[in-house]
Amino acid sequence: MNEMIHIVNESRRRFLQVGAGLTLALYFRPGPAQTASAPTGEAGDAVLEPNAFVRIGEDNTVTVIVKHLEMGQGVYTGLPTLVAEELDAAWSQLRVEGAPADAKRYNNLLWGPMQGTGGSTATANSFEQLRRAGATARAMLVDAAAQQWKVPAESLSVSAGVVTHPASGRKASFGELVKTAATLPVPSEVKLKDPRDFVFIGKPVIRTDSRAKIQGAAIFTLDLRLPDMLTAVVAHPPRFGAKVKGFDASRAKAVRGVEEVVSIPAGVAVVARDFWAAQKGRNALTVDWNESAAFKLDSATIMAQYRELARQPGAVARKDGDPEAALANAAKVLEAQYEFPFLAHAAMEPMDCVVQLRPDGCEIWNGEQFQTVDQATLANLLGLRPEQVKINMLYAGGSFGRRANPHSDYLVEAAAIAKALGAGPLAGRPIKLVWTREDDMRAGYYRPLYFHSLRAGLDKDGKLLAWQQWIVGQSIMAGTALDGMVKNGIDPTSVEGAANLPYAVPNIQVDLHSPKLAVPVQWWRSVGSTHTAFSTETMIDELAQAAGKDPVQFRLDLLGQHPRHAGVLRLAAAKAGWEQPLTPGKAGERRGRGVAVHESFNSFVAQVAEVTVRADGGFAVDRVVCAVDCGIAINPDIIQAQMEGGIGFGLSAALYSAITFKEGQVEQSNFHDYPLLRLGEMPAVEVYIVPSTEPPTGVGEPGVPPIAPAVANALFAATGQRLRQLPLRLT
Amino acid sequence: MFNLTVNGRSVSVDAEPDTPLLWVLRDHLGLTGAKYGCGMALCGACTVHLDGQPTRACVTPVSAAIGRRVITIEGLDSKAGKAVQSAWEKLNVVQCGYCQCGQIMTAAALLAQNPQPADADIAAAMAGNLCRCATYVRILAAVKEAAATLKGGQDHE
Repeated sequence: MNEMIHIVNESRRRFLQVGAGLTLALYFRPGPAQTASAPTGEAGDAVLEPNAFVRIGEDNTVTVIVKHLEMGQGVYTGLPTLVAEELDAAWSQLRVEGAPADAKRYNNLLWGPMQGTGGSTATANSFEQLRRAGATARAMLVDAAAQQWKVPAESLSVSAGVVTHPASGRKASFGELVKTAATLPVPSEVKLKDPRDFVFIGKPVIRTDSRAKIQGAAIFTLDLRLPDMLTAVVAHPPRFGAKVKGFDASRAKAVRGVEEVVSIPAGVAVVARDFWAAQKGRNALTVDWNESAAFKLDSATIMAQYRELARQPGAVARKDGDPEAALANAAKVLEAQYEFPFLAHAAMEPMDCVVQLRPDGCEIWNGEQFQTVDQATLANLLGLRPEQVKINMLYAGGSFGRRANPHSDYLVEAAAIAKALGAGPLAGRPIKLVWTREDDMRAGYYRPLYFHSLRAGLDKDGKLLAWQQWIVGQSIMAGTALDGMVKNGIDPTSVEGAANLPYAVPNIQVDLHSPKLAVPVQWWRSVGSTHTAFSTETMIDELAQAAGKDPVQFRLDLLGQHPRHAGVLRLAAAKAGWEQPLTPGKAGERRGRGVAVHESFNSFVAQVAEVTVRADGGFAVDRVVCAVDCGIAINPDIIQAQMEGGIGFGLSAALYSAITFKEGQVEQSNFHDYPLLRLGEMPAVEVYIVPSTEPPTGVGEPGVPPIAPAVANALFAATGQRLRQLPLRLT
Repeated sequence: MFNLTVNGRSVSVDAEPDTPLLWVLRDHLGLTGAKYGCGMALCGACTVHLDGQPTRACVTPVSAAIGRRVITIEGLDSKAGKAVQSAWEKLNVVQCGYCQCGQIMTAAALLAQNPQPADADIAAAMAGNLCRCATYVRILAAVKEAAATLKGGQDHE
C-alpha cells in the first residue's frame, strides 16, 4: 500500500450547510476534515458543471457527485477515482458529495429507471458513465485553454489538475479555466483513455471517508441533529402479523421528556425530546396485542415442512438432459440435505432515519440505499408526488442489503409517526426514528430460511454424470415492487449460484419451491449465493472424494468452459501451497484444508481455508487464501479490504449466526445470543487479484459465498465429518 | 443537574441520573463520535475513557461519571491516541466506520497501558469491540503499526 494519496471529504459539510437549506452550524462540530477549504461554487463564482457528476469551482476544487450509498464498500473513493482518471485531476483537489434522489440523473444503469445501490453494481454501472463525465469536463477545460491561448486543443496536455501548452510553457490550473470553460458547449463525444495510460485506476489511495470516520466527525443518520428534532422509538408486536388492540400510555406520558404516544400500523410509537426519554417511555407503555392472525411457527416446524416440499417437483429453474434417467444408471450416487437458518443483517448502526413532514412535501435523511422505491412508497403513503419526497443520503453504518428494503419498512414507520402527529402541536417537527438492537434483531427483515436437497451421480470413471437439486425457501421479490423479476415461479435470487452451476454436467435439474410465510425476508450480502455456494461447493467436494480425485483437480476438470472460475481456483491453490502438506498441529490437534470457488455478481472468487480442530472439538480458522477476478481492478486496496471483510462477515454466519423462531417469536435479541466474529477469531487473510482487462465488476458481496463451504470442506479434511447445516457444528 | 468534565471542559447537564453517559454525550452535548450499537456493553461502539480506562458509555449511568475525566473520540489527543488514528488512516482500516471510534478508543487505552502488546494481548483487549464489516485484519495490523510508531518515538527521545 505505497503511494497512498489523501483527499478531504467535503460532502458532509456541504450537505449540512447547503443541501439541508437550514442553519446547522450550531449543530455540526467542524473538525479538521471539514475545515480544509471553503465550499466550491458558492457566492456567485463561476462553476463548470458539464453533467450531473462533476462540478469544478474557481477555487480549483473538483466535486464528484456520487449516486451510490457509502456503506463501507468504498464507493466514495472508487467512484471519484473514475472521474479523476479521465479528468487528469490532482487527487488532492477532489471533494465528494452524495447525490440527491433523482432517477432521471442518478439511476443505476444496470437496474433501468431506478436509483439504488446493491447487487455489487456501483462500480460496474459507473465505469463508463463517470469516466465520460470526467473526460467531458477535461475536454471543456482544454478547449477553454486553447481559446484563451489561441493554440490548437491538440497541442495541450493535462496532468494533475493543470493544463499545459508544452510548446510555449504556458500553464493554467482547472480553477483558472473554469470561467471560460463554463461558457463553452458540452461536447457530445469524448475519447476515453487507453488503459495503459491510467494514472489512478489500479492504484491504492487513502479512502476519502477515512479521516472523518476516524475522528468521529462523519455524520451517520443516528448522529444527525436538526432544530426541534424529536426522537421516536416504536413498540413492535411480539409476533409478525399481530396488531395493536389497545394501549395504555399514561405511565409512558408521565416520563420526563416524553411528548406524545401514537398508534401506527407497525405498533405504538413513543415520541420524546431525546432517545433515553423515548426508551423509558416505551418501557412504561402497556400494549394489548391482537395475535389472532399472528405468525406462531417454530423454526424446526418450518424446516420439517420444507423437507417434505423438497421431495416434490417444483418450478424448474434449469433442466439439461435427463438427470432422473442418468442417476438410475450412475455408478455412484450421492445424496445430501442442507439446512440454513434465518439470518439478521445486524449492521452496527441499527435501522434509523429522520423524516420531516411539511405542507408541501416530505424530507428524509437516511443511509439511503433504494431511492426510487422509497420515494414512490412514501409518496403513496403521504399522498404526495415522488418528487415531493426529498431524500438526503447520509453515510450508513453498514447495511449488507438491509437498507434496500422493497417495502421501505422503517421509512414507512417513521413517516407514519410524522403523519400521526400531523394534526397536533408537534406537527412539522423532524422525527428521528431509532431502532434499538432488539428492534433490529426482532422486527425483521431476514435472510430466508432455506432447505436444499441434492442428488448427484458419477459414472464408472468418476466423471460427473448427473445433478438434481431442490431448493426450498421464501421468495424475496414476490409480492414486492420487484415482483416483475419473478418469472414462471422462479425468483432468480433464490436459485442464483445453483441454476448456473458452472461444472460440466450433461444432466442437471434445479427445482425451486417458494412457500409463503409471515416472516419478512430480504437480501443479505451475496443473496442467493449465501446458501447455494454452500450446498454446491460442499457437494462437489464430496463428489471429488467419491471419485478418488483431488478436490482442486476434480473441479478444474469440470471447468473447461469457465476459464475465470478456473483462473481464481488455480491462483488460490498455488498461493495456498495446495500441493504441499499442511503443517501439523500440536499434540491432540487435527488440521485440515478446504477449497471453494464461486461466481456471484459477475465476479469470481476462490478461497482456501485452513482449520485447526482442538482436542475438545472446538476449532479455529487459521488462514484463508483468496483469489479474486473482478475485471479491471479500480482500487486494489479496496478490493482486498472487501475480500477480507467478506470473509469475516461470511465466517460469522458459518460459525455462529442463526435467527430462530419459537411459537412465532424470535429467540435472539442482541449480540449475546446472536454473536458476531471477534478480532481474535479472524484468520490471517491473503488476497490475490487476477490481472484482467475485462470491465470491472463488484466486490462488495462476492467475497462472502466461498468461505463457509471452504471451511466445511477443511473440517471434513481434518475430521472426516461432512457438515451440512449452518452454522457449522462438529459432533 | 450534573457537572461533568468532558474532554477537559466543565459542562453541566440537565438529565435524569439513570441516563446512560452515552446518551448524555450524544443527545445533550452533541458529541456523536461514540455510537449506540447494543445498549448492553456487548459491542464496544460506545467506548469512551473514564479516568483513562476504556468504558462502555451505554451502560454507565451519567451519575457514575461525576468527578471523573471523560474523554471521547472528539477529545482524544494522547500520544497513543494520535498514533492509533494515524495508523488507522495509513492502513485504510475503516469501511462503514460506525464502530471505529470505539475501536480506536479501546486501542488507545491498550497502548497507553501496554505500549508493546503481543497479538494475544491485542486480541484480548479488542475482544469487546465488534466490527460487522470485519475489518479485524487491519485493526490488528494498525494497532501493531501504532505500537511501532510509539516505540520509534521513544527511541528518538
